[in-house]
Amino acid sequence: MADRFPIEAGHILLFARAVGDANPIYSDPEHAKGTEPGQIIAPPTFVQASAQFTENYGLRPKIGEYWFGSGKEPRGSGAPKPPEQEGGSSGGGGLHAEQHYEYHRPLTPGMVLRWEQEPGESWEREGRRAGKLVFNESITRYYDQDDNLVITARSVGVRTERPATPGS
Amino acid sequence: MALKASDLSVGQVHEEQVCYDLSRTQIVQYAGASGDYNPLHTDEIFSKAVGYPGAFAHGMLTMGLTGKMLTNWVGDGRLTKFGVRFVSQVFPGDTLTAKATVKEIREEDGQKLVDLEVETVKEDGTAVATGHATARID
Repeated sequence: MADRFPIEAGHILLFARAVGDANPIYSDPEHAKGTEPGQIIAPPTFVQASAQFTENYGLRPKIGEYWFGSGKEPRGSGAPKPPEQEGGSSGGGGLHAEQHYEYHRPLTPGMVLRWEQEPGESWEREGRRAGKLVFNESITRYYDQDDNLVITARSVGVRTERPATPGS
Repeated sequence: MALKASDLSVGQVHEEQVCYDLSRTQIVQYAGASGDYNPLHTDEIFSKAVGYPGAFAHGMLTMGLTGKMLTNWVGDGRLTKFGVRFVSQVFPGDTLTAKATVKEIREEDGQKLVDLEVETVKEDGTAVATGHATARID
């Protein structure tokens, strides 16, 4: 089944709380009626929560499956580590280097988003602390249930040779 | 309340403290709301085991905090573009201030727009996110 992101007012409220945003347009339908958008809208980075509805998203524990975060041991929990994951990644699965959004129309409760993703550029450079850095760009276009383009997102991820620890 | 072109000038700076003494609990809230459960952000034991000094905030939490400054200033539903690079990690205990500097006031297809340079910094001035935003103005 293709991934679908149903935009719900309760989820918008929880997200706004998480970014410490008390703007009542994210929580109060009566207040929202009197604003320019005229209804509850989502905060500008909310579409990132499509991760919740991405079936094969790697940074969410799957029920009954091995998870790379700590349990008894610092690395690995939830289920025995499957043989194909022996060796594993450097931990953490890469970092987020950049995120860019273009907003084409307001994101509002009741919309159901689908998205199309395509790879962008890839490049490498030598980091000061983290060794070789490999950057990968991806472009995601989010459409509503009527096929209107709502948001275009450009994301850059980076994989590091060593942990990117901050300067002393 | 939207911004008016006549009230803006190039070089003008707007800033807002977007978090104070960031709690681990807020990072957990962000993980739960966004769906990014990478243990690097919430699991101190794991983060140390893979070589970090401890769990650190999602870049997207910093971007979300920065977005709050923008929407509080430019108004609801007024952003047309918003993008950042994550240039330094944010740890529990950090206090962040997000700043927008007016770069250009222009018109496109009859719509007035403001281009902003965006920077979010820690108390000691270290930048954690830098980028740009564009908003519709009156």
